Amino acid sequence: MAILEIQNLVKEFGPVKAVNGLSFDVQEGTITGLLGPNGAGKTTTIQMILDLITPTSGVIKIFGLPMQKHREETLGKINFSSPYVALPGNLRVWENLYTFARLYGVKDIAKKIDDLADFFNIRSLLSRMTSSLSTGQLTRLNLTKALLNDPRLLLLDEPTASLDPDIADKTRHMLKRIQKERGVSILYTSHNMQEVEEICDEVIFIDQGKLKDRGVPAELVKKYGHKDLNDIFLEIARANEQEEL
Amino acid sequence: MKWHRINALLIRHLYLFKRSVPRLMDIFFWPVMELLLWGFISVYISKLNIAGFNAVTVLLGAVIFWDLMSQSQRAVSIAFLEDVWERNFLNIFVTPLRLSEFLASTVILAFVRILMVGAVMSILAALFYQFNFLMFGLYLVPFMLNLLIFGSAIGLFTTALILRYGTSAQVLAFGLLFLVQPFSAVFYPVSALPSAVQWISYLIPSTYVFEGMRAVIATGMLPTSLLLGAIIANIIYFVGLSWYFYRSFAVVKNKGKLLKLD
Repeated sequence: MAILEIQNLVKEFGPVKAVNGLSFDVQEGTITGLLGPNGAGKTTTIQMILDLITPTSGVIKIFGLPMQKHREETLGKINFSSPYVALPGNLRVWENLYTFARLYGVKDIAKKIDDLADFFNIRSLLSRMTSSLSTGQLTRLNLTKALLNDPRLLLLDEPTASLDPDIADKTRHMLKRIQKERGVSILYTSHNMQEVEEICDEVIFIDQGKLKDRGVPAELVKKYGHKDLNDIFLEIARANEQEEL
Repeated sequence: MKWHRINALLIRHLYLFKRSVPRLMDIFFWPVMELLLWGFISVYISKLNIAGFNAVTVLLGAVIFWDLMSQSQRAVSIAFLEDVWERNFLNIFVTPLRLSEFLASTVILAFVRILMVGAVMSILAALFYQFNFLMFGLYLVPFMLNLLIFGSAIGLFTTALILRYGTSAQVLAFGLLFLVQPFSAVFYPVSALPSAVQWISYLIPSTYVFEGMRAVIATGMLPTSLLLGAIIANIIYFVGLSWYFYRSFAVVKNKGKLLKLD
């Protein structure tokens, strides 16, 4: 069952078409990689899914409901995390989590924060100022915030960017656990193709706002006759360069 | 509207206030300094014995009212700027929070601020200058509420300008109100203004409030026509500026600039 359906999505910023007739879906309980070079339209697409940018045309359905008509209902069941979007540094970790739990209408807030603090091993950080956390700790805090409302769909924008290999590996394992134990569907952007191969059930390649290809990573590697996703990424990204030349 | 979401934003501001000296100064220190300054000026003018002019009552009343309006405007603008400064818009607006709930929280915050500032300034004015707001009964309360609404409306307008033109417009959060001050007849009646600009004064809700305040102080009666003028002008401003804010938000979302307010 598709938990997210994008149909013929278009976003124009003046003469620039950032997203150009994009269609894809994300199946329930899967981790789907949304891949593409810089400027491909990944972030714009994610922001349209989150209703932060108004699409020029096209349909976004989440849980079968048109997003813009059911904004409150759908946003209550999805969440987002990105290392580029920090929680307010002038609040304590616990205060941030409490505020967002209330925004999501979480019932037993203390228990929810307790459970997630154990899951992400951030109990010792709860009383610290958010601004004092390291990058790895902030990533775990962002993921904790992203699970406060028990989302059915999680949008992750380069969740392991700027993490050292050890923390990045632990983060990937956490994401796998989230998917398996909580049945959360994840739409995942990353420029680390090795990571994408390791974690994603399916990948979607986009470039210049259009769908280029999609499929199971191993099958795509076989189809393109390359040794890994990285080479496929390069082929797709450079195809446009050649077209432009 | 869901109260738990409005409440969440209010709690967040409470967290910020309880440990921030500059934020507390904005509520208590500056208004108190202003009160003391104008209080001494009022006492000095009183000693000049100008017939028919009670400087302490008129000037201190005006200072307190002006500060309440200023607090209301800043509460709305700065609540918005807090999220700009902390780059928190994405986090906030990917929750089910509605724009109306965001605005409601800022207006409630403004109301709490003017209650606190009003209480502190009134107590100090009574202690230092024997100026007692309560001697006018409750007649000043509806005028104070009108100041809250007008201050909030100007705060919304400032916020809309920051949305549209970026944080370079944030200086307006601290200065825009001073553009209306000369025409609002804060410290002098409208009749003191050149007749060519008096019509501008009557387009501003705060003019009716300050004229009304002086009428209450002078007569001890409720000037209903001035109160009605303030209410009608406020409705027009609040509806118009709220529309402008919503429109600006929609434009910014369409341009994809909501997360680029740097």
